[in-house]
Amino acid sequence: MAELTYRAAVAAAIAQEMERDPSVLLVGEDVGRAGGVFKATPGLLDQFGDRRVRDTPISEQAILGLAMGAAMTGMRPIAEIMFSDFLAVCWDLVANEIAKTRYMTDGQVSLPLVIRTANGGGLHFGAQHSQSVENWAMQIPGLKVVAPSNPADMKGLLAAAIRDPDPVVVFEHKALYSVKGKVPDGEHIAPLGRAEVITAGADATVVALAAMVPVALAAAEQLAADGIHVAVVDLRSLIPLDVTTVLNSVARTGWLFTVEENPRVGGWGAELASIVAEEGIDHLSGPIVRITAPHVPLPAAENLESLAIPTPDRVAGRIRAALR
Amino acid sequence: MMVRLRVFEQRAHELFVEGLVRGTTHLATGQEAVAAGVAAAMRPDDYTLCTYRGHHHTLARGVPMAPVMAELMGRAGGLMGGKGGSMHLTSIEHGVLGSYAIVGAHLCIALGAAWSSQLRASGQVAVCFFGDGTTNIGAFHEALNLAVVWRLPVVFVCENNQYMEYTPIRSVTAVEHPAADRAAAYGLEPVLIDGNDVDVVLATARTAIDRARAGDGPTLIEAETYRHGGHSRGDPGTYRPPEEIRAWLARDPVVTYRARLVDGGVEIASLDDIDADARAEVETAIADAIAQAIPDEAKLASDVWHDGGSAWRN
Repeated sequence: MAELTYRAAVAAAIAQEMERDPSVLLVGEDVGRAGGVFKATPGLLDQFGDRRVRDTPISEQAILGLAMGAAMTGMRPIAEIMFSDFLAVCWDLVANEIAKTRYMTDGQVSLPLVIRTANGGGLHFGAQHSQSVENWAMQIPGLKVVAPSNPADMKGLLAAAIRDPDPVVVFEHKALYSVKGKVPDGEHIAPLGRAEVITAGADATVVALAAMVPVALAAAEQLAADGIHVAVVDLRSLIPLDVTTVLNSVARTGWLFTVEENPRVGGWGAELASIVAEEGIDHLSGPIVRITAPHVPLPAAENLESLAIPTPDRVAGRIRAALR
Repeated sequence: MMVRLRVFEQRAHELFVEGLVRGTTHLATGQEAVAAGVAAAMRPDDYTLCTYRGHHHTLARGVPMAPVMAELMGRAGGLMGGKGGSMHLTSIEHGVLGSYAIVGAHLCIALGAAWSSQLRASGQVAVCFFGDGTTNIGAFHEALNLAVVWRLPVVFVCENNQYMEYTPIRSVTAVEHPAADRAAAYGLEPVLIDGNDVDVVLATARTAIDRARAGDGPTLIEAETYRHGGHSRGDPGTYRPPEEIRAWLARDPVVTYRARLVDGGVEIASLDDIDADARAEVETAIADAIAQAIPDEAKLASDVWHDGGSAWRN
C-alpha cells in the first residue's frame, strides 16, 4: 500500500481509468497545463495529451455541455467544476439535462459521465467558495452522488464513478486534499452505494460524510475517554444511499446522530433521519439528532467559520448531552 | 418534405384544440424551409439538436410520423414511450440527439457531440437549431466562443422567427440581426439568409456542413423566417401587427416553393400527389397513435438509470 494524499488519489484514479479506457476524457478550467487549481490533476496532460485532457475557458455551461454531448456519443468524460459553488451557474445542465435525459428519452440515451467538484469549507474562503452542496445534487432524480472522506476512497470511488454507466457527481472535499492515507496498490475500485462502519461501538451510531468523517472520529475518541463507545459510519455515497448499513447499526445502538457540514435545511441527514424514523423507530432509544451547520451562508473569518462547521468538541458535546 | 411538416403541424394544432394532444405544443408552421433545407444537406449519421419547437426538425431527419404523433398524445408507442412529450423529441438512431426545452443548454451539448466526432475522426457534424431568443442567453456565447477556439465540427442555425415568445426580438436585442450581428465577436463571418427560401437554406447549409466536415470549424447561420401561429398552445399571436402577418404569409415557404416548382415546369398534378400523400401519411399516423394504449404504469419508474430502474437506496 502506497501512502498518497487525497489530491494525488484524484490524479491516480483518473490516470488508472484513462489508461484502461481510451474513451475517458478530462475537461475543465485549468485541469491540464496548471494541473488543477487544487493540484489534483497534475501530470495528466503530459501523460495523455491535449486531445484527452483539455483546458477550457471560464464557461461552466460549455464544460458540462461538452461532457454531456460527448457522453451521448460514445465517450466517458470527466468534467471538473472548480468549486462546487459554481454548479449554480451551470445547474440547468446538471439538473435538467444530464439528470433527466435518459428518463425523458425512454432509455435511448446513456450518460456515462463524471462531474468532479471541490466542495466544502474550512479554508476561510467565504460564502461563495466554501459551501457543502452535496444535497443540491442528491435531490435531483437521475444523479448519483459520492463524497469520499479519505485517499483510498477518493481513488476507488472516483474510479468506480468513471466506470459507472450513469452520471455521477463526485464531491471532493477541499479541506481533505492534503490529507495522507494508505491506498491499495494496483487497480483499486470501491463500489458506489456502500457505507462503511469505521469504528464499532454499541452506544450510538454516528453517520458522517467527507470531511465530517474525521470530525466524527475525533469526537468518538473524546467520547471513548468518557466510556462512551460510538459506531462511526462513513456514508461515502448519498445516491445510491446505503440505508441498510445505517439501520443495522441503529438496531444495535438505539441512537442515530448525523454530522453534516451543510446548512441545516434539507441536508442529507434529514432524508436519512426520516428513513430511520419510518423504518427503524422501534430500535430508537431517543430522538434522532442532526448536528449540522446553522442555516446561514458560511462566513470567511476563521473563528466564525469554525463556529459554523461541526467540530469534534461540539459533536462530542451533543452526543454526550443526548445520551446522558 | 415541407408539405409533410406543414400538414403535421396543422393537424397537431387541431388535435390539441380537440384535446387529443395534451400538455403543450410549440408549432413551427411557417418555418419548414429551415428544417427541410438543412436536413437535406446532412449525412444520415450527422447529429441534430433542436429546441422545444422541434417537431419539424425531428421529422426532417427521417423519424417516422406515427411515433412522433403518439408521443404528442402520450401513448405507449410514442417516440419516447410517452415520457418526453412534444418538447423533448429524441431519436438517437436518426441522429436526433434531442429537443431541448430550457433555452440555451443544447448549444453547449452540441459542442460535446462535435468534440466527440472530432476525437473519433468520424466526420460527423453536429447541427444545432435555436431561436432568436437564445442569442441573449449566456450559453449562446459560451458555445460560440469554444466552438471557434476548438474548431469544432458544428453548425449553429438561428431560426429568427422575429419573436421571443410574445416579445418582438428587436425590442430586447442590442443589434438588428440577433445572431448574424454577433458573429464577428467570435471571428465568424455573418451569414444572414432568407430562411423561407428552401433553396437558399440548402445551399447555405451545404457550405457550412462541408466546411465543418473538412475540419474548418463552425458556422453561425441566421435564417430569417416567421412563425405563422402563436408561441405555444392556444396563443393566437394577436400581439403581432396584421400587416406584418400579411407580409410574411405572402412569403410562405411552402406556397412560394410550390410556385417556383410550377414555374420550373413541374406538373401541378405531381405536386397535388405530394400534398395528398402527406395528408394521408399524417392521417395514418394519427389513427395509429389513437389506436395505441397509454403507457404502462411501470414506465413511471423505468430508465432513471442505465440498469433500467430507479432505485436510489437499498
